Amino acid sequence: MITHLKPASGAHVGAKSSVSFIMWQVMLALLPATVFGIWCFGWPALNLFVITVSSAVLFEVICIRMAGRVAKPVIMDGSAMLTGWLLAMTLPPWSPWWIGVVGSGLAIILGKQVYGGLGQNLFNPAMLARVALLISFPIEMTTWSNVSPLFFSQSPGITESWHITFMGLDNIDAVTGATTLGYIKTEFSQNHLLADILKDYSGLLNFIGWTRGSLGETSTLLLALGGAWLIRRGIIQWYIPISLLLTVTMFASVFHMVDNQHYISPMIHLNSGAMMCVAFFIATDYVTSPNTPTGQIVFGAGCGLLIFVIRTWGSYPEGAGFAVLLMNAATPLIDHYIRPRIYGRDRKGRPLEIPKP
Amino acid sequence: MLSFFKKPLIRGGVHAEEHKAATATQAIVYNFPLPKKLYIPLQQHVGKPAEPLIRVGDKVLKGQLLAYSQGVISAPVHAPSSGIILDVNDYPAPHPSALPIRMIVLETDGKDKWITTEVPIDPFLLEPEDISLRVGAAGIVGLGGATFPTAVKLNMGRDNHVDTLIINGSECEPYLSCDDRLMQERAEEIIDGVRLMLHGMRSEKAVVAIEDNKPQAYLAMHTAALPYPTIQVIQIPTRYPMGWDRQLIRYVTGKEVPVGCRSSEIGVTIHNVGTAYAVHKAIRHGQPLLSRVITVAGGAVKRPMNIEVPLGTLISELFNFCEVNTETTARIVMGGPMMGESLPHSGLPTVKATSGILALTASELKNTEEQPCIRCAACVSVCPAGLRPLDMANNIRVNQLDAAVDIGLKDCISCGCCSYICPSNIPLVQYFKYASGEVMARQQAQHKAEQNKRLMDARNARMERIAQQQREEEQARLAAKAERERLKAAEQEVVA
Repeated sequence: MITHLKPASGAHVGAKSSVSFIMWQVMLALLPATVFGIWCFGWPALNLFVITVSSAVLFEVICIRMAGRVAKPVIMDGSAMLTGWLLAMTLPPWSPWWIGVVGSGLAIILGKQVYGGLGQNLFNPAMLARVALLISFPIEMTTWSNVSPLFFSQSPGITESWHITFMGLDNIDAVTGATTLGYIKTEFSQNHLLADILKDYSGLLNFIGWTRGSLGETSTLLLALGGAWLIRRGIIQWYIPISLLLTVTMFASVFHMVDNQHYISPMIHLNSGAMMCVAFFIATDYVTSPNTPTGQIVFGAGCGLLIFVIRTWGSYPEGAGFAVLLMNAATPLIDHYIRPRIYGRDRKGRPLEIPKP
Repeated sequence: MLSFFKKPLIRGGVHAEEHKAATATQAIVYNFPLPKKLYIPLQQHVGKPAEPLIRVGDKVLKGQLLAYSQGVISAPVHAPSSGIILDVNDYPAPHPSALPIRMIVLETDGKDKWITTEVPIDPFLLEPEDISLRVGAAGIVGLGGATFPTAVKLNMGRDNHVDTLIINGSECEPYLSCDDRLMQERAEEIIDGVRLMLHGMRSEKAVVAIEDNKPQAYLAMHTAALPYPTIQVIQIPTRYPMGWDRQLIRYVTGKEVPVGCRSSEIGVTIHNVGTAYAVHKAIRHGQPLLSRVITVAGGAVKRPMNIEVPLGTLISELFNFCEVNTETTARIVMGGPMMGESLPHSGLPTVKATSGILALTASELKNTEEQPCIRCAACVSVCPAGLRPLDMANNIRVNQLDAAVDIGLKDCISCGCCSYICPSNIPLVQYFKYASGEVMARQQAQHKAEQNKRLMDARNARMERIAQQQREEEQARLAAKAERERLKAAEQEVVA
């Protein structure tokens, strides 16, 4: 006879999943774009990536210790690492070391731990940190290095990369330039038309990621592949990315059709800036997005609309970070109003009426 | 294209690892050695417990009535074998608490001698009311696990002119395969039971719904139902909790049962295949519900099987027969692994509701290391009732039970999908069960306090009334006394 087993509620069996498994799957999906980004921008990018990720983990450890808890199991869930990773993806690749450290501090401490840690934050930590950095350090955050792939002659060597990371750039103008969106914005301000501005633009190179931009955001191809893999694996749902991308495409198409000299085409929109990274990896953050399919579609569409509006009429060339933060703030509202209908009740929660025979 | 906009017929649900093959591929075992003692609870059903009409020391025959049903919703209990009544007393219940409930202890004599049974020649000549009576007298309750008295359901079906009888052969819980085997081996008897139920409800149409992971059961049932155009056998998608009556009703009929209503009010009644088989045995053979087929499975079971056992058999005897490894058993579950109840020990009897007994090893169990909720909303997407388990759990965690009730706590069916899917291993169903119990306890406490207040107020008013009466009497007495004295004085004056 078996005696004294501890009773427990169902379900007694469970799906084989865990928080850390999900985090690792996301990191795996980010890997191709990250590796490509680091290859494109050389050793300084690797330095920045390592510094950002490790300082994110370090800040997490400090916070957990201060709360009087054991840090190891919390670190093992991978969430701090993922936050640092995502932040590094969105930074200019040759940023100085302190941008990564300050950014990680903002993300982990202000973005996550002050709310109570994993699952409690209102805003996406990585986006919060990125926007805070952009507003506080506009020069560093808009210094975009040229593509200078590893093992090629223009690429800085290891010693030189240490210099770039820790001492700063000496010959800024020679090795940096503007991103596609930044360039278009500047040219627009000088009343140039799109036909002139885009003389040298190559859609294919931008699609592959061979262009100036944030460390891991340049490759539309690899990010979209990573995102598609996550959807296939069931880690994220299609609602947010698809509604976000569709909204941008729709608005961009309409305006581009009306005036193709002042409004950039949907292809350029989808192909540049943080679009793919945000659509598949940032906006889909579980914690800060709504929890019903309809709510997620509204959220994604809201992000898409805001991105389009800020890019088109705002003073910043890229609006993805702002858009996500604004929609994060709207998430509790969306969740309050958009709820699933309960079985046997109508949308307002009243019992259904018995159908007349 | 239009179907895209139609309301989905199945909402939520999960597809758990089935683990059914070990038991579903072998025939039901009928040679379980008759236990020396049977522990027969007086309450094995929803409603009032049965009332015993035997005494300790009585000799009883197999099938003899031991306790009669009392009240409208109740069911009688019969002797699963012949023998002597040893005791009528409190013994641990097959419930997670194992708290004592009233049971009849029967010492079997090994003869298994039947009481004489009365069998109608053609049950279809019986009045429908008579079918219900016989089903009720046989102690048949819903054998899918809900244990609602079947006769009551037949009556409600007849009163509401139900047009569709759904026979639930989904058996969506993992591990369990007793209904599957029953359908494979007893298809004709089940179909006969279905016809009797149709007759008992004066209904015209029955739909037998079987999940498409049981093709052999489907084939057997389909073949058995061919001669009867009123009975349709269909395959339904394999997706837990397909066997939730309301989910199945929506899938089969497209109708949704309103909250607070019985399905018969929208013209549908649903019964389990096991119940149909029990109805067949009761009407055709005059046999009350004395035994049932139970799936014994799980990683710690060396010989997993479907086995017919008399009601009241101790789980420990079942485990001995199936060679359960007591060392590796980490949890005993009565029912399926999704909704079943964990039992604290194996010294508990099997009852009418016992569809399966699982002896699960630690590696089969869900990880219990709880992590923070990451709002992945997997629980929202799997909830068949359309609830938001994460928000309910958050409210319950900070003791805001009313808020949890507002967003649907009472509509939770404890199906376990949310607990199953949660990557953070949050025991959501446990939260909801706790909160439901707590809400009920609070309501009772409030009700009691109100009642006390009412009684107290009534008492105060009564005391006040008595005091007032006494004061008035006193005044009247004083007045009378004064009057008497005045008269006396006046009299003396006259005399003087």
